[in-house]
Amino acid sequence: MSIILDKVNYVYSEKTAYEIHALKNINLKIEDGEFIGVIGHTGSGKSTLIQHLNGLMHATSGGIYYNGQDIYDEDYDRKKLRGRVGLVFQYPEHQLFETTIFADVSFGPKNQGLSKKEAELKAFTALRSVGLPEDYWYRSPFELSGGQKRRVAIAGVLAMEPEVLILDEPTAGLDPRGRDEILDQVAKLHEERNMTIILVSHSMEDVAKYVERLIVMNQGSIMLDGTPGEVFAHYQELEAVGLAAPQITYLMHDLRKRGIQVPGIATTLEEAKEAILQAFKK
Amino acid sequence: MLRDITIGQYYPADSVIHRLDPRTKLMAAMLYILSLFVFQGWAGFAAVTLALVLMIALSKVPFGYMVRGLKAIAVILIITILFNLFLTPGETIVEFWKLRITWEGLKNAGFMAVRLTYLILGSSILTLTTTPNQLTDGMEKALKPFNKLHVPVHEISMMMSIALRFIPILIEETDKIMKAQLARGADFESGNLIKKAKSMVPLLVPLFISAFRRANDLAMAMEARCYHGGDGRTKMKPLRYKKADIAAYLLSAGYFAGVIALKVLL
Repeated sequence: MSIILDKVNYVYSEKTAYEIHALKNINLKIEDGEFIGVIGHTGSGKSTLIQHLNGLMHATSGGIYYNGQDIYDEDYDRKKLRGRVGLVFQYPEHQLFETTIFADVSFGPKNQGLSKKEAELKAFTALRSVGLPEDYWYRSPFELSGGQKRRVAIAGVLAMEPEVLILDEPTAGLDPRGRDEILDQVAKLHEERNMTIILVSHSMEDVAKYVERLIVMNQGSIMLDGTPGEVFAHYQELEAVGLAAPQITYLMHDLRKRGIQVPGIATTLEEAKEAILQAFKK
Repeated sequence: MLRDITIGQYYPADSVIHRLDPRTKLMAAMLYILSLFVFQGWAGFAAVTLALVLMIALSKVPFGYMVRGLKAIAVILIITILFNLFLTPGETIVEFWKLRITWEGLKNAGFMAVRLTYLILGSSILTLTTTPNQLTDGMEKALKPFNKLHVPVHEISMMMSIALRFIPILIEETDKIMKAQLARGADFESGNLIKKAKSMVPLLVPLFISAFRRANDLAMAMEARCYHGGDGRTKMKPLRYKKADIAAYLLSAGYFAGVIALKVLL
């Protein structure tokens, strides 16, 4: 069970003055149950990449295989694929349209051809798992706050019970509390259901805290691919392309410069705490 | 899918036509369109064709790019040709059932097709070489005399430029919402007409909401920057005629006079 991208290229507006080579020869293997972060500068091809994973965009050249099947095969059911690889777009609250929250969340499972009862059951489970209080469910989605709307929109994708969940900047424009709530819930889905999660983010702190594997995109290519520790060790290269390591990694670097022997490369507050305590114990 | 609309799209290039004043281009385009409906006979046809070929060559916009704009009028074009072909009385060439094709009909249909095609190609040169902002700027300045008659020229042109500016934004937004709903298993293509219309609801509701939100934001931003209409407003880049514009005016006036002369004399 995996997603494999084989030499994927994508060109926008081919053969016009606006031609952009958005993806260049991408080779990638995503295993089951991974928690992956994708970072990159604006226009680096992150959003284009993730829209290929559920077949919304068709690669200009190259192949994509989901669980060993070529998704570009003529008889491959791409509509079904979209239910298995759930994609939550940026600002997903802009896609809400139904009269009640509950109806909006059942839209996905209903499209999968489930009966009303089954669809509602799935909507019920999904709304539970994003932690929206039950007395909101039959209100209009337009009465909610930004963070709540976003949770409803995420529930709308979760209700299709995808095997892989892709989130494009799920925390953009949220306050710190809303951000933590959403990311904690995503992490819980990963732990409890062993769902494969792909998280596109601009926040180095967020990805360092949650993901197990980090992919750095630059100008349509994969620049780095590894654990957050491995990737952030290249912080100078990251800076050269307009990215950065988490603040704490810089702090550890400065400490070492001042002669305090902190071991390893810390990318989160917890790791840094351990490392500093260890350095002072000696 | 929605990115392929070319009518009213700017094509960036550095050409003589791109650099002309938008007022000049508007005037020239108007004269050209008039000439299309004035010309008669083969000599006139040769003149308008020559003018079009020359403009296309000067504009440095790829011809293939322009032709794509023709797709939009394909249906109108075919209907016009068919009506002209079958409904013009005259000397019969072929006759079957109740339909008759005449020499005159054939000629009319041919010239009508040429007129419409040239009309679209000619006016698309205007929009392909002029940014929407330049275009409305040009219109505002050219129509300024009407201000004396209490026509709100500035407001009209501001509305036009905002509307034009919003077209690509709304297209992009539609694309995004469509994809978001597709990702939730929506189906915009299959089913009968009623089912199709129903499937548009998840697309149209968010689109309207976003259009209103954007309009609100824009109004707020304009007020925050003290926008108060056209009175006493100056431009950062005021339009000024250059030598090339004078030459272009003379050329297009000469061309128009030539087409009329061809019609009168021949």
